[in-house]
Amino acid sequence: MAKLTINDEVREIDVDPAMPLLWALRDHVGLTGTKYGCGAALCGACTVHIDGEPVRSCQIQVREVVDRKVTTIEGIAGRVAKAVQTAWQKLDVVQCGYCQSGQIMNAIRLLDQNPKPSDADIDDAMDGIVCRCATYVRIRAAIHAAARDLA
Amino acid sequence: MWTTTISRHDSRRPAARLTRRRFLQGSTAAAGALVIATTIDLPPGLAATTQDPPMPNAFIRIAPDNTVTVLIKHLDKGQGVATGLTTIVAEELDADWAQMRAAFAPADATLYNNLFFGDFQGTGGSTSVANSWQQLRNAGAAARAMLVAAAADLWKVPTIEIKVEKGVVAHAPSRQRATFGELAAKASTIPVPTQVALKEPKDWVYIGKPLPRIDSVAKTTGTAIYAIDVKRPGMLTAVVARPPRFGGVAKSFDASAAKAVKGVVDVIGIPQGIAVVATDTWSALRGRDALKITWDDAQAEARSSEAIFAEYRRLAATPGLPAARRGETAAALAAAAKIVEAEFTFPYLAHAPMEPLNGIIETKSDGSVELWAGSQFQTVEQATVAAILGLTPDRVKLNTVWAGGSFGRRATPNADYFAEMAAIAKTLGRPAPIHLVWTREDDLTGGRYRPMVLHKVRAGLDLAGRLVGWEQRMVSQSFTIGTPISAMTVKDGVDETAVEGAANIPYAIPHFAVDWHHVTSPVTTLWWRSVGHSHTAQAIEVMIDALAVAAGRDPVAFRLDMLADHQRHAAVLKLAAEKGGFGEKLPPGRGRGIALHESFNTFVAMVADVTVGHEGALKVDRVVAAVDCGIAVNPDIVRAQIEGAVGYGLGAALRNKITLTNGMIDQSNFNSYEPLRISDMPSVEVHIVPSMAPPSGIGEPGVPPVAPAVTNAIFAATGKRLFSLPWETRLLRST
Repeated sequence: MAKLTINDEVREIDVDPAMPLLWALRDHVGLTGTKYGCGAALCGACTVHIDGEPVRSCQIQVREVVDRKVTTIEGIAGRVAKAVQTAWQKLDVVQCGYCQSGQIMNAIRLLDQNPKPSDADIDDAMDGIVCRCATYVRIRAAIHAAARDLA
Repeated sequence: MWTTTISRHDSRRPAARLTRRRFLQGSTAAAGALVIATTIDLPPGLAATTQDPPMPNAFIRIAPDNTVTVLIKHLDKGQGVATGLTTIVAEELDADWAQMRAAFAPADATLYNNLFFGDFQGTGGSTSVANSWQQLRNAGAAARAMLVAAAADLWKVPTIEIKVEKGVVAHAPSRQRATFGELAAKASTIPVPTQVALKEPKDWVYIGKPLPRIDSVAKTTGTAIYAIDVKRPGMLTAVVARPPRFGGVAKSFDASAAKAVKGVVDVIGIPQGIAVVATDTWSALRGRDALKITWDDAQAEARSSEAIFAEYRRLAATPGLPAARRGETAAALAAAAKIVEAEFTFPYLAHAPMEPLNGIIETKSDGSVELWAGSQFQTVEQATVAAILGLTPDRVKLNTVWAGGSFGRRATPNADYFAEMAAIAKTLGRPAPIHLVWTREDDLTGGRYRPMVLHKVRAGLDLAGRLVGWEQRMVSQSFTIGTPISAMTVKDGVDETAVEGAANIPYAIPHFAVDWHHVTSPVTTLWWRSVGHSHTAQAIEVMIDALAVAAGRDPVAFRLDMLADHQRHAAVLKLAAEKGGFGEKLPPGRGRGIALHESFNTFVAMVADVTVGHEGALKVDRVVAAVDCGIAVNPDIVRAQIEGAVGYGLGAALRNKITLTNGMIDQSNFNSYEPLRISDMPSVEVHIVPSMAPPSGIGEPGVPPVAPAVTNAIFAATGKRLFSLPWETRLLRST
């Protein structure tokens, strides 16, 4: 039995402590907003926040996040998160949408750290999150829009 | 850029004729569809209504709560059809956009067939809006007429005095008003009209406007449900170990270590490989890792990519099956003042949609089954599952959910992963729902690639620099020959999906011959976003650019001279050249190129700007596109599709290839098959040509012109001509 704090809720799940957090979230906690894309930290679709830091949940084991604060797309809150989601919706960034949880989780952290990122800052911070629909033009635009909104 | 300009001529339009049969069929079946809609778990953003009357046909439900749900007969895998099709209905219905909902239609080819595919429900060929356009306008107009008739009857006023606006039916003289929801029950008793008048384009309030996507909120909050997110009570997860070489089969397997993995429930042999079934995904994957399998590779592809291309080259030295012929090409080339020739090679490409293939199959107590998937070829999937399980197709209930991309991969003539689901359900002998999941490695090594292709082109100019002769030989596999789809695609032995874009080149070239060699291999292939155009546009548009240079002509003028009979081609070419500043002088190391291609009845020209560094580092800075897709139902989605297509085509051209070494696939994940990333993405500017032509495709047509526009820009920057894809940028090093 592993005791995890996910989206400010304590959840006890009966899984092998070596299970990647991604599969624990999806198959055992029932939070499916975090997506599987590659299983090897190459695409970022599984990005969650652990103590506020973006982490590839396919690469971290359940045992490593006990006593740490896990936040998924379903649990994001606050000014920055709201601004990012609003910008994403306003600019209709999504196409298939499958990678967008990871994009949004990563973008929130970028704006937390850098309230006014340049295109180069965005490319640098977001390069790990793959979008096969290539919505990148709008991801850039939405991050700028969220930054303006937060300024 | 979109402006609705309607000529007097365009605005005269006859009332659409509806066949009685179609509507009777529609209204009867809507009752059946209703049952299905109330029992499936609809994802948020696709909120279907319950208890809604079957009103007025298979495509529209108007509920007492005043929501209008459009049944979407196509898969939305990101291209935005759920929004586009809903828009068409909302327009003719004069609904309020806020009351519109969308729900994926059930699998039922009698109601929801793709009108371009015959008796077949499916999504592909960029046909979703094009084939639904008149159908949904008629459906919306019929529903509106029934609401008006219901109000007239209720209020005892003439229908002609009733106006409908933003979801409100009103009779001004008597000050009566009602919502659609209030009228729905009564309207459903009104006979379905056999003839309806459609709105004139000048009266459109939604079509041609950038309405927000219907799925944006669900897809930005993690609440949109894809197949991979569907949970059923007692569900088990299955992964399959497939032969590492194409054409191989499992000879024997030892499952003891796999079965010892905690969570593994069973290990079974199925025709496609060995399936490991477990209580969750991770256990299934660990179980598969522990399998010991002996493969029989006697019939397998054992060659390497170089050997395969060598075979293609040998074949290309001889004429193949004629795909197009006009004039006397050999004589014209013999008499030409100047010859330009080139070889182009194209690798296998994986589609690599972000959501890997997966689906759920659940066996019911009566032996029927229910499935959930990002279903793209519903009719063949339903029939395939039925055949494997010995059921009639009506006992295979198929629920379509949002798909995390496809790019062609989810549409297979043999319903590949559905066959795996059915085989597992049949063999396992347990009633539990099964979720079949492919990993990224399964996706990249599992085949159904865009075929490897070789083109050899020889073209000749006369003394005046006119293009007089063109000979093109192509070599590739076919993914339609030997399947039922060949009835639509194969003529005189030539697979049109292999030669499209080349056999029907728009340029007026007097002597012209295109040949195709059909090769076979156990490696499975498939349409990949823009299909044959994904390679023919590169071969043609790069050759044309090289010929313009050889002729000492401006590439735009050179093309325009040969497009007198193709005004829509010419118009996008001129628009892209103008907006992209084609012909302007750029600083050293930078270059600007242009390309033009029509696919799926949509015309796209692109101007690409590149910077090439001394070490051959290639950066695509900007792409300016001009698009004529007929009426742009949602111009913002048109723009988005072109932006995405630029990225999709560019990513493949930059560095993607699936290669074989002794039959084994060399790539396995996104480190060896590296997708386009945000730092690779150019800015994209899209200009939509105002048009009143019926809407054509938009999901695919943005892909073909990207690679040749960039190839031609690289030449402009460096004087070096790359032909094949992906680009060998090492050839661009200055030293």
